[in-house]
Amino acid sequence: MLQEIILAGFGGQGVMSMGQLLAYAGLEENKYVSWIPSYGPEMRGGTANCSVTISDKEVSSPIITEPNTLIVLNRPSLEKFEKDMQPGGWLLLNSSLIDLEPQRQDVNVFKIPSVDIASEKLNNSRVANMIILGAYIQLIGAVSLESVVKALKKVLPEYRHDLLPLNRQALELGIELARKVL
Amino acid sequence: MVKVLMKGNEALAEAAVRAGCRYFFGYPITPQNEIPHYLAKRLPEVGGVFVQAESEIAAINMVYGAAGSGARVMTSSSGPGISLKQEGISYIAGAELPCVIVNMQRGGPGLGGIQPAQSDYFQAVKGGGHGDYRLLVLAPATIQEMVDLMGKAFDLADEYRNPVMILGDGILGQMMEAVELPSEDLSLKIPSKPWATTGAKGRTPNIINSLYLDPLELEKHNLHLRNKYEQMRQESMGETYKTEDAELVLVGYGSAARVAKAVVDQGRARGLKVGLFRPITLFPFPKDDLQKACRQANDVITVEMSLGQLIEDVRYNLEFKVPVHYCGRVGGMIPTTRDILAKIEVLANLQGEGEKV
Repeated sequence: MLQEIILAGFGGQGVMSMGQLLAYAGLEENKYVSWIPSYGPEMRGGTANCSVTISDKEVSSPIITEPNTLIVLNRPSLEKFEKDMQPGGWLLLNSSLIDLEPQRQDVNVFKIPSVDIASEKLNNSRVANMIILGAYIQLIGAVSLESVVKALKKVLPEYRHDLLPLNRQALELGIELARKVL
Repeated sequence: MVKVLMKGNEALAEAAVRAGCRYFFGYPITPQNEIPHYLAKRLPEVGGVFVQAESEIAAINMVYGAAGSGARVMTSSSGPGISLKQEGISYIAGAELPCVIVNMQRGGPGLGGIQPAQSDYFQAVKGGGHGDYRLLVLAPATIQEMVDLMGKAFDLADEYRNPVMILGDGILGQMMEAVELPSEDLSLKIPSKPWATTGAKGRTPNIINSLYLDPLELEKHNLHLRNKYEQMRQESMGETYKTEDAELVLVGYGSAARVAKAVVDQGRARGLKVGLFRPITLFPFPKDDLQKACRQANDVITVEMSLGQLIEDVRYNLEFKVPVHYCGRVGGMIPTTRDILAKIEVLANLQGEGEKV
């Protein structure tokens, strides 16, 4: 198993923490993991992205140039990374903010209006990233829900642990929505 | 101990504290900022001191002072900042003081860029500043190794009374990886330093200096330093991977070696007898281990994120007995397994043709 994931979106949408959750979840399952942010000079409101590798083998370079999974939360990220994807990979996109159709015909696409769903069903748009992460768990199966929940306890600072149930709900919602399309 | 996920810079900083480092003087620069950021909070917790100096030059001279008083002290920076520190590093080497200097390399020359590179290799292993001197240079390839080498770096610095450099890069500083930190050793004993300037009450004063106006005296000092660098040879370390029967050996250090290791497996899957030699100490260079790893090799390729710096030391240490080729990317680009494999296949085909003739 080799998951080479790029997660990208606006700063503040939670792509860095999603990436850390995935890496921690992989670690929970005794896999080799790495996480690395793009650390270029970025402007406020600009895009942020990170690369996550989850593997059965040692990770060579943590910097990913051809992802087999791409998770994009905004339009510039889709435009930037879609062309680099490996054929047959999964593209998960936040259709609440992306009004563009993916161009690639050789990848699997899962569109989900995660911000709208988060606002409507959970009354909190900030867990939109967790809904997509739930979909990832269901579609790719590289890590389990339980591992991600365990990871949440490590990534969220203790004074935020009251938000654990909400985050779990969002993950489960994502899993359910993705199950319907499979 | 449990494994935790930590950013390289932060893991290194914590490992330094656990190795007894109590003083840090530095000046911010990407991609190593998490080191001062972490230590600014952490050092006061253990009774240490963190100072963000007004410049790199000030910082390295603060290191000079703290080292002279016998403290475990470090600084960190990246390319341009390390260049600014060279004057002080030369003085510290000349005055024979122990300290640890971290360079999380980025692309150069000049301001260059902020993405990972290995272009400060020559600067690190050939001295860097003025005068005949060397640093002990350690080159970790994983965050775990970076953590493990931190304690060793301080020990070597004390043992040889010499600055030790940890030569990392933007990848190792910025990435998160699973790591097991050494336990905090509360009874950690730092070797006694009778030469330190700790107040001369009841003894003759200790003098720390790098000035020798009498050329005969300076020559004596230079020869003493040379003997010390010769003795350091026994510290050389390297890792071999599948070199026992390797007809082609890749040589790389740090991040580049991670990519090279993956290439070895991919090459082997295609039936190519490929191996990897990874120097862990860059000075002293692990000459004997390199020669042993390459004893059956028809070709050697250096995998580096510089424009042919490592290759010079590899050729020299192989005593020009094996053809050594270059494969690398620079400027913040990372060599891919595909690039390296392509180079290997070209060489393997040439070898095959040679046999037919």
